[in-house]
Amino acid sequence: MPELRDLYQEVILEHSKAPRNYKEPVHTNHRAEGYNPLCGDRFTVYLEMDGEVVKDIGFQGAGCAISKASASMMTQTVKGKTKAEAQKIFQLFHDLVTGHGHASEAELGKLAVFSGVSEFPVRVKCATLAWHTLEAALDGKQDKVSTE
Amino acid sequence: MSASVVEAVAGLDVEKIRADFPILHHQVRGHELVYLDNAATTQKPQAVIDAIVGYYENSNANIHRGVHYLSEKATEDFELTRQALQRFVNAAEAREIIFVRGTTEGINLVAQSYGRTNVGAGDEVVITAMEHHSNIVPWQILCEEKGAKLRVAPINDQGELIVEEYEKLLGPRTKLAAISHVSNALGTINAVKRMIAMAHAQGIPVLVDGAQAIPHLAVDVRDLDADFYAFSAHKMYGPTGIGALYGKAALLEAMPPYQGGGDMISSVTFEKTTWNKLPHKFEAGTPDMGGVAGWRAAIEYMNGIGVARIAAHEHDLLEYATETLGASPGVRLIGTAADKASVLSFVLEDVHPHDIGTILDQQGIAVRTGHHCAQPVMERFHIPATVRASFAVYNTRAEIDALARGIRRVGEVFA
Repeated sequence: MPELRDLYQEVILEHSKAPRNYKEPVHTNHRAEGYNPLCGDRFTVYLEMDGEVVKDIGFQGAGCAISKASASMMTQTVKGKTKAEAQKIFQLFHDLVTGHGHASEAELGKLAVFSGVSEFPVRVKCATLAWHTLEAALDGKQDKVSTE
Repeated sequence: MSASVVEAVAGLDVEKIRADFPILHHQVRGHELVYLDNAATTQKPQAVIDAIVGYYENSNANIHRGVHYLSEKATEDFELTRQALQRFVNAAEAREIIFVRGTTEGINLVAQSYGRTNVGAGDEVVITAMEHHSNIVPWQILCEEKGAKLRVAPINDQGELIVEEYEKLLGPRTKLAAISHVSNALGTINAVKRMIAMAHAQGIPVLVDGAQAIPHLAVDVRDLDADFYAFSAHKMYGPTGIGALYGKAALLEAMPPYQGGGDMISSVTFEKTTWNKLPHKFEAGTPDMGGVAGWRAAIEYMNGIGVARIAAHEHDLLEYATETLGASPGVRLIGTAADKASVLSFVLEDVHPHDIGTILDQQGIAVRTGHHCAQPVMERFHIPATVRASFAVYNTRAEIDALARGIRRVGEVFA
């Protein structure tokens, strides 16, 4: 049986209470809004792209602990990465939280704490909302992203 | 009146009632199921399950068509439920009860049939700020199509309708008022009888969304003088996929059909089709006959206990839950109307309802978390979502204690 602590790990709780990069960077040149109509989670992801590189990233919005922590740790992970690298990490992360993951701890880094999400299928959308929004921002889409 | 007095007056043997509901004896995630999501759908007693099975085992045939034995039996069965519903809501005639898929379809029927005939450009439809999406969107679709305007009567900080504002919205342009009897997100009981009288004073018909009222209140459509009253079986211990629209015969007679098909016609040629009489005019196609059989068992089940006793028991639970959770640290109740039924919506400081829902679920406690298909209500209270516990006849104070313990566990996880 899945345990609550597998989902609500200390790192996740800590990020949800004190999210990192919770800001709109001054030189934002890409942004996207993500929305999960099921629970009302709503985030905006801001990017300052320097060519293909994520020079700076921030997010703002409201959501549950899982979605907020995921957004926070995502910003830490992809800052300084290229668009292609960020997309690759999202793929690995998506596989992790949906229980299809074979990625090593080295590939996932701190994001491995989200492995417990796969035991809570209804919460996968919470964990991936910010990532879907990031993907839209990287693609320069202006439309609102919805997980439904 | 103290809670124990209420229990004595109600005299409900809840353990005996619980024994009637097979699903309540399931273990969920290693815990006894605590089912507090009754406003979403109620569980079904064995009698309802048996009636559905019995229908298919003994009576199944298409209704209103064949001359053979089974068709006759199925038709009789079907019409018995209509009569049971007529008595349950005290309609004047059985033909005023139209079978539909549920409350939502009942409202859509009125919007599409009555609405498209009677609402035109510049006209207005009045609703309230506490409506479920199913009593908002059908009117938006209608108003959009007709160039009419949707007017929304506001609620106060307790989640009560501001009746004076509602009355002010009613005017010569108003072609219909559509109001909920009980709010699904807040539990507020609206003074619908008074609100209907206000509308009738200006010749405006009123549709009442009774989805949340029908399981908890004795509904008398003639006493209310409701023109339309829509409700669902599955909120009152019956099956999903079946519901009813009550409508005054004179209004229904004048309305065009909602859907075309079999059973709703009296004759069809390629030149001209004439409509069947009520209620069949509004019942195109083969209905959910097994569901209708199950619904009658649900009505009999509720009547067997007594709607007044059910209401008293649920009122006691709501008071106990309001006291218990209201006193829990960090809990803010959303919807504190003076007159409420069975619903306790709340939020916790610093913890999102979805996280609360997951943590409660791990303890076998089923609550609803989210916007409850009432996003305008959430906006009114500046929150994205709430946790909603809602009670039925089989719930106990011990389950509310379990909920309170569950909430404390949320505090521990997020400490």
